[in-house]
Amino acid sequence: MIDLPAPKPDVLARRAEILAGLQALLPGDGVITEPARVKPYETDGLSAYRQPPLAVVLPRTTEEVAAILRFCHRNGVRVIPRGAGTSLSGGALPLADAVVLGMMRLNRILEVDYANRLAVVEAGVTNLGITNHIAGDGFFYAPDPSSQLACMIGGNVGMNSGGAHCLKYGVTANNLLGLKAVTIEGEIFEVGGRHLDAAGYDWLGLLTGSEGQLAVVTEVTVRILHAPEGQRAMLAAFKGTEIAGAAVDAIIASGIIPVALEFMDKPCIHACEAFAHAGYPLDAEAMLIIEVEGSQQEQDMLLGKLKEICSRFDPISLKVAQTPEESLAIWKGRKGAFGAVGRISPDYLCMDGTIPTGELPHVLRRIGEMSTEYGLQVANVFHAGDGNLHPLIMFDANDAASFRKAEAFGADILKLCVEVGGCLTGEHGVGVEKRDLMPVQFTPFELDQMRALKAAFDPDWLLNPAKVFPIEGNPALRPAA
Amino acid sequence: MSGASDARNGEGRGGLNQPRMPQGMLIAPAEEAGVAAAVAEAAAAGEPLAIEGRGTKRALLRPVQAARTLSLRNLSGITLYRPQELILSARAGTPLPEIEAALAEHGQQVIAEPPDLTGLFGATEPATIGGLVATNLSGPRRISAGAMRDHVMGIRAVNGLGEVFRSGGRVLKNVTGLDLCKLLTGAHGTLGVITEVTLKVLPATEAEGTVSVAVPDLETGVQALSAGLGSPYGVSGAALLPGPTPRALLRIEEFAEFVAYRCGRLREALGRFGEASLVEGEESRALWRRVRDAEALDAAPEEAIWRVSVQPSAGPGVAVAAGLDKALLDWGGGLVWLAGPATEAAHGRVMAAARAAGGSFTLFRAPEPLRAAVPVLPEEAPALAEIGRRVRAVMDPKGILNPGRMRAA
Ligand SMILES: Cc1cc2nc3c(=O)[nH]c(=O)nc-3n(C[C@H](O)[C@H](O)[C@H](O)COP(=O)(O)OP(=O)(O)OC[C@H]3O[C@@H](n4cnc5c(N)ncnc54)[C@H](O)[C@@H]3O)c2cc1C
Ligand SMILES: Cc1cc2nc3c(=O)[nH]c(=O)nc-3n(C[C@H](O)[C@H](O)[C@H](O)COP(=O)(O)OP(=O)(O)OC[C@H]3O[C@@H](n4cnc5c(N)ncnc54)[C@H](O)[C@@H]3O)c2cc1C
Repeated sequence: MIDLPAPKPDVLARRAEILAGLQALLPGDGVITEPARVKPYETDGLSAYRQPPLAVVLPRTTEEVAAILRFCHRNGVRVIPRGAGTSLSGGALPLADAVVLGMMRLNRILEVDYANRLAVVEAGVTNLGITNHIAGDGFFYAPDPSSQLACMIGGNVGMNSGGAHCLKYGVTANNLLGLKAVTIEGEIFEVGGRHLDAAGYDWLGLLTGSEGQLAVVTEVTVRILHAPEGQRAMLAAFKGTEIAGAAVDAIIASGIIPVALEFMDKPCIHACEAFAHAGYPLDAEAMLIIEVEGSQQEQDMLLGKLKEICSRFDPISLKVAQTPEESLAIWKGRKGAFGAVGRISPDYLCMDGTIPTGELPHVLRRIGEMSTEYGLQVANVFHAGDGNLHPLIMFDANDAASFRKAEAFGADILKLCVEVGGCLTGEHGVGVEKRDLMPVQFTPFELDQMRALKAAFDPDWLLNPAKVFPIEGNPALRPAA
Repeated sequence: MSGASDARNGEGRGGLNQPRMPQGMLIAPAEEAGVAAAVAEAAAAGEPLAIEGRGTKRALLRPVQAARTLSLRNLSGITLYRPQELILSARAGTPLPEIEAALAEHGQQVIAEPPDLTGLFGATEPATIGGLVATNLSGPRRISAGAMRDHVMGIRAVNGLGEVFRSGGRVLKNVTGLDLCKLLTGAHGTLGVITEVTLKVLPATEAEGTVSVAVPDLETGVQALSAGLGSPYGVSGAALLPGPTPRALLRIEEFAEFVAYRCGRLREALGRFGEASLVEGEESRALWRRVRDAEALDAAPEEAIWRVSVQPSAGPGVAVAAGLDKALLDWGGGLVWLAGPATEAAHGRVMAAARAAGGSFTLFRAPEPLRAAVPVLPEEAPALAEIGRRVRAVMDPKGILNPGRMRAA
C-alpha cells in the first residue's frame, strides 16, 4: 500500500471556514460536500485506493479556477485537479485535507478553425467530444486513448496520453499548440498559441504529462487533422511470441509504419474471444492487429506487403479485412480487452511499462514465469510498434493478500522494464501507483532536481502533492503516522 | 579535468555576420565527466561559460559575454543505433552529417528535417546534434511529422553546478517524471549542457513529389496550402516561394505509387488557385532544400534575417505589416522567414507584426550591435518570466550557462 501524507491539522480544523470561503467564490451548486455526492470523487481508475476529500469544487470558467486556486494558496489548502477520473495510476486520488478541483463544467468547444487546422477547447471537453464535433467535416483529433469516450482533454494533457494510433500520429504532446493555465498562486497564463514552436522555453512540453503538478490547465488549443481516405485492419496469428516479435521487427524494417500495430498474447486472445466472439484463433500464442490508411488501392498495396512479410513467419492465421465491417470485427476484441479481462476476473491491475521492442520475447517470458511464481493470472496487450506494454494482472479485491501480491507482481514487471532499458510508464503516468518505484529509474539527484522544478511552480507543494515523487524526505509532505 | 584545454587569441574576424573567434579559454572535453568538471569549476569560480557545438558560429541570438567557452566538438560519436527500434543515440558534439549517413545506410532519416544553415551563416563547420536540439530547429516536415523536440526521446545533460542528469530514455513512449527533454530542447544551452541525445528516427520514404501552384499573391497561396493541408493526402511540406508569381508548393513523401496518385489528386483539387504542375524526384528534393535552408529567401549578406511563427492564415499579413518584401513562407504559411535592413526600425516592425498576429519571432541573423540592443525573442508574460527565473535558479543557480543568450539579464 502507498503512504499518503498526513493531513494538515490546521486545514482540517478550519474546514467550515474554508468551505464557506469556497462557497462564496462559487455561488450555487459549485461546491459539493455531502458525503453521498462526494463519493464518486473518492477514487479514479485505480479503484483499489479511495479517500474522501475535504470538498469537491466545480468551477465553470478560467477565472473561477483562478479564484479557487488563489484562495487555496492563501489558505494553504491542497488541490487535486481532476478531469474524468479515469487515471489508472491514481493521479486524481484525493487527500483528506484537499479540495478536488473538478474540470467537467469547463466543457465548451470555443472555436474550430479549419483554415489553420486547430480547435480551442476547454479542459473538460472529452477526448472523443472533439473528434465527434469535427468528424462531419472530415477532421479528427489524433490521440485516441481507449477511454476516449470519458476522459477529458485536460486529463490527457496531465498524462500525455496516447492511443492505439500513436505510432503514426504521436501522443498528446505532439498534437498540442497551446494551453491556458493557472498557477497555484491564481495567475492565469498562456503558453504556445495558435502557432508552432514559440521561441523561448518549451513550457507547453514541460506542462504536458506533468500530472497536475505544475499548474491547472483550463483551455487547450489542439491540432486537428483531416481524416485519411480510409483505413483497414488485418490480423496475423503466430505460434510463438518470439516469432510475432520478429514479425514486428520485419514490418518496421520494411519501411512501412502502420497506423496501429497491436500485440496480444494467448491469455488475452482467449479472454477477448470469449467476450467479443471476434473470431480470434485460440491456438495462437500471439496475435497482431495491424492497421493501414490511404485510398483503397493504397490499402491493398500495404496490406499485400504486410501479408507477405507476416507469411514469412509461419503464421497460424492471416486475415485481411476486405470491408470496414471486417476491420471493426478485428478490432472488436482488442477494444474490449479490458472489459474482457474484467469478465474473467472482476479485479485487475493494468500496468503500463515501456520496453525497447527487441526485448519483447524476453520480457514476456519473464512475465510468464512471474505469473507462476505469484500464482496470479496475467494477460498482455501491447502497442507493439512503440514498446508500450499493458499487462493486466488479475486478482481478488476481497482478499487483501491477493491485492498485495498483485501490486508486488506489477512492481516486479515495471522493474524489469527499467532493467531492459525501458521505463515505468508509457502513457498512464506515475500517479500514486508508481511513485515509490521512481528510485528504480532515477538517481536521488535526478529526483531532487525534478522536485525542485515542481517547487519552482508550486513552492508550498499544494498542487496534487503525494503523486509522482516519493514523499520520503520531502519536508513539505510528512507521511501519515 | 579530462578534456583538452587551450587558450585562443580572441581576435575578431570582423564582417557583418561573420562569426568571431571565442574569447579567452576554450574547453573541449572528450568525455561527459570532463564537461561536468568544466561546469563545476566554472560554477565554483562564478565564471560564465559560452556553450557551443562546433565552434565557428557565434552570431546567434544575444552575444554571451564569457571568458570561457565550453565546446562539445570532441564529445562526439553515435553510441547506440537500433534501426528496428527506430532509436539512435549520439553524443552531443556528433556532426549531423555523420548521423544522417549512419541512418541512410538503413534507409532511415532524422524526422524533423533540420535545416543546414551553414550557407546562411557562412559557417565552415556542420551543425552538431546537441546544437540542433538546443535550438529546436525543424524543417518543412515539421507540419506533418513534428519538431525536433517531438523526437528527443532521451537526454543526458549537465546542469549549471556540473551535476549529470538524465531525462526520458530510449523508448518511444515515456511519461515517467517531468519531461526535461522538452525543457532543454530549445533552451539554447541556458538550462543545461546536453551531452547525449536519443532520437526517434523513421524510415525515409521511397519517393517524393511536389505540386507547384502558380498563385497571384501570397493570400491565395496560403489558401492553396491550407486546402492541401486540409486534404486526406498527408502533405509533408507546404511552402510559398516569393517572386512576381509566387508559387505554392505541396509535397508528398510516400511509396512511389502513392506519390503519383496523391499528387494527381492534389493537382485537381488545387487547380482553382492557379496553374498546378508537378515536380518530381531530385528536382523536388532540391526545391525543398532551398526552402528548408531558407536559401529561397535570397537574403543579401548584409541583410538581417527573422523567423516568425504565427497561425498560417496570418503569414502573408506579417510580411506586409513588417514592410519587408523578402518573405519565404513555410509550414503552410505559419513560418515566415523575412530578410531586410539590419536596423532597429525594421526589427521593431517585425516584432510588432508578430505580436499583432499573436505569434512569436526570432531575430535569426544580424550584426552583433543590433542583437545586443534589441529583444531577439519575445518577452515573456510576467507569470512565466517569474517561473522562468525560478526554473533557472534550479538548473543553473550561479547563472553561468550562456548568460544573456536568450534575453537581457
Ligand atoms: C478503460 C480505460 C482505458 C484507458 N486507455 C488509455 C489509453 O489507451 N491510453 C492512455 O494514455 N490512457 C488510457 N487510460 C488512462 C486515462 O484514461 C488517461 O490517463 C486519461 O488521459 C485521463 O483523463 P481524465 O480526464 O480521466 O483525467 P483524470 O484521471 O481525472 O486525471 C489525470 C491526471 O491529470 C491531472 N489533471 C486532470 N485534469 C487536469 C487539468 N485540467 N489541469 C491539470 N491537471 C489535470 C490529474 O490531477 C491527474 O493527475 C485508460 C483508462 C481506462 C479506465
Ligand atoms: C537564432 C539562431 C541563430 C543562429 N545563428 C547561427 C550562426 O550565426 N551561425 C551558424 O552557423 N548557425 C547559426 N544558427 C544555426 C544553428 O546554430 C545550427 O544550425 C545548429 O543549431 C547547430 O549548430 P552547432 O552544433 O554548431 O551549435 P552552435 O551554433 O554552436 O550552438 C547553437 C546553440 O545551442 C547551444 N548549444 C550547442 N550545443 C549545445 C549543447 N550540447 N548543450 C546545450 N546547448 C548547446 C549554443 O550555446 C547555442 O546557443 C542559428 C540558429 C538559431 C536558432
